[in-house]
Amino acid sequence: MAYSDKVLDHYNNPRNMGSFGKEEDGVGTGIVGAPECGDVMKLQVKINDDGIIEDAKFKTFGCGSAIASSSLATEWLKGRTVDQALAIKNTDIVEELNLPPVKIHCSVLAEDAIKAAVNDFLNRSGKPTQAVGDGSAS
Amino acid sequence: MTVNTPIYMDYQSTTPMDPRVLEAMLPYFTNLFGHPSSRNHSFGWAAEQAVDAAREQVAELIGASAKEVIFTSGGTEAINLAIKGVADMYAEKGRHMVVAVTDSRPVQDVVKHLVRERGFEVTELKVDKEGRVSADDVRAALRPDTVLVSVMMANNEIGTVQDMAAIGKVAKEAGVIFFTDATEAVGKVPVDVQAMGIDLLALTGHKIYGPKGVGALYVRRKNPRVRLSAQIDGGGHERGMRSGTLNVPGVAGLGKAAELCRTEMAAESVRIAALRDRLEAGILAALDEVSVNGSRSHRLPHNLNISFAYVEGESMLMGLKEVALASGSACTTATLEPSYVIRALGVSEELAHSSLRFSIGRFTTAEEVEFVIGRVVETITRLREMSPLYEMAKEGIDLSQVHWSAH
Ligand SMILES: Cc1ncc(COP(=O)(O)O)c(C=O)c1O
Repeated sequence: MAYSDKVLDHYNNPRNMGSFGKEEDGVGTGIVGAPECGDVMKLQVKINDDGIIEDAKFKTFGCGSAIASSSLATEWLKGRTVDQALAIKNTDIVEELNLPPVKIHCSVLAEDAIKAAVNDFLNRSGKPTQAVGDGSAS
Repeated sequence: MTVNTPIYMDYQSTTPMDPRVLEAMLPYFTNLFGHPSSRNHSFGWAAEQAVDAAREQVAELIGASAKEVIFTSGGTEAINLAIKGVADMYAEKGRHMVVAVTDSRPVQDVVKHLVRERGFEVTELKVDKEGRVSADDVRAALRPDTVLVSVMMANNEIGTVQDMAAIGKVAKEAGVIFFTDATEAVGKVPVDVQAMGIDLLALTGHKIYGPKGVGALYVRRKNPRVRLSAQIDGGGHERGMRSGTLNVPGVAGLGKAAELCRTEMAAESVRIAALRDRLEAGILAALDEVSVNGSRSHRLPHNLNISFAYVEGESMLMGLKEVALASGSACTTATLEPSYVIRALGVSEELAHSSLRFSIGRFTTAEEVEFVIGRVVETITRLREMSPLYEMAKEGIDLSQVHWSAH
């Protein structure tokens, strides 16, 4: 498998790898995928009082493209509003990372992870959830 | 300590050719270019001599006689000839075969073809958690219409070596032909078609430091005499079983490779097993939650298959880019399914995704092994820091109880 330079860069220098405490104020956590399918992404957002994503973190079990998709997602999330975050499409990730067709599911998973994280934040802060993703591990 | 990268640890996929093999082949590309069936001039005689010598060399490696060796274009063709040849020749006896679940991909595909196109039925032999077939299971699977038992001698992914003599005995008692894909075993562990009761055996050049595109099928001539329907018709070469002008340089190379394996196996397997054991011990000492797939007591000396929990195979290969390796992860196969061999051991899908196969060989050095241990430990440690599963496991969460979202 040949990887695009951008996938390699995210794999070798992952952005925002790590975790926030799930119970911290303003934190939303999304965990999507399944170990038996070979990929699990955990994506977390930290949202301030103005509804802006201040920080984002990820941890991913999966192939290089899955790692790169989630790393890229955290980069894109920072500074966005909740609505802007929910507007990120998997096709944007495919395009940015030059993912081949067999790796498109990695981008879908990243989009689901974003939605799951944001919805978790909205749930926890008592706001109505929006555009439901594939759901987080519950 | 200096090593040249990339380091090759994928000997079970293919081996580099031994320079002595190349040397034995070269004359047959140039001066000695004759056709081995040309009986009326010295060009033909020289080629025929080379083929005869190679037939002896291959036969000697597996305890056969030269007349029982049919040259083919490789392991895949030998497997096709054996299984389809029996299916055709023994059609009046029945259409049932017994095949090990971990048998090789070419065997599975040939059998699937017979099921689909010819109405064959197959009984799949389960394996234990080490990947071994039990002779009792073979006995229980036999039917009056069984024409073939196929059990691969040594597995290409996990290296498990079967108890061939016990299985061969069961087949013999029942009068059923016993075939084995021995491509991974020949030249690495002692093979004796007599003691093991093998009737048909496939081998290939490129797994024993010989050339690609040449292999052989052993076809028993006595007790019983096994007959095969040819799958390639033509000039009636190879006792009518496989027509086509022989690849003389390739055949000469296969013969030389077989001879080298026979004369060097005893010392070589000890040296290689010691390197493999060091690789295994070095990795296991430095990392937690790693498990060896297959059998530790019945294993090819050059194979090591390990699952690294909480890390996915393709991402490991990406991190270990200076090392040529194979993985059982779905992401590294065309089928998008994790290894059926590792799954057959009862290993979870998750751990099948997390497996790496290290296969070393004749040209592997102790320095390379040390280098690879270091790189594996580094890479797994880094990827585990990145793994949400490792984090959850360390927090004491039972991953099997988590409700995962499917996708
Ligand atoms: C177990 C097994 N059987 C058969 C083959 C096929 O042999 P060949 O490549 O010579 O067709 C291979 C490897 O390629 C193998 O690993």
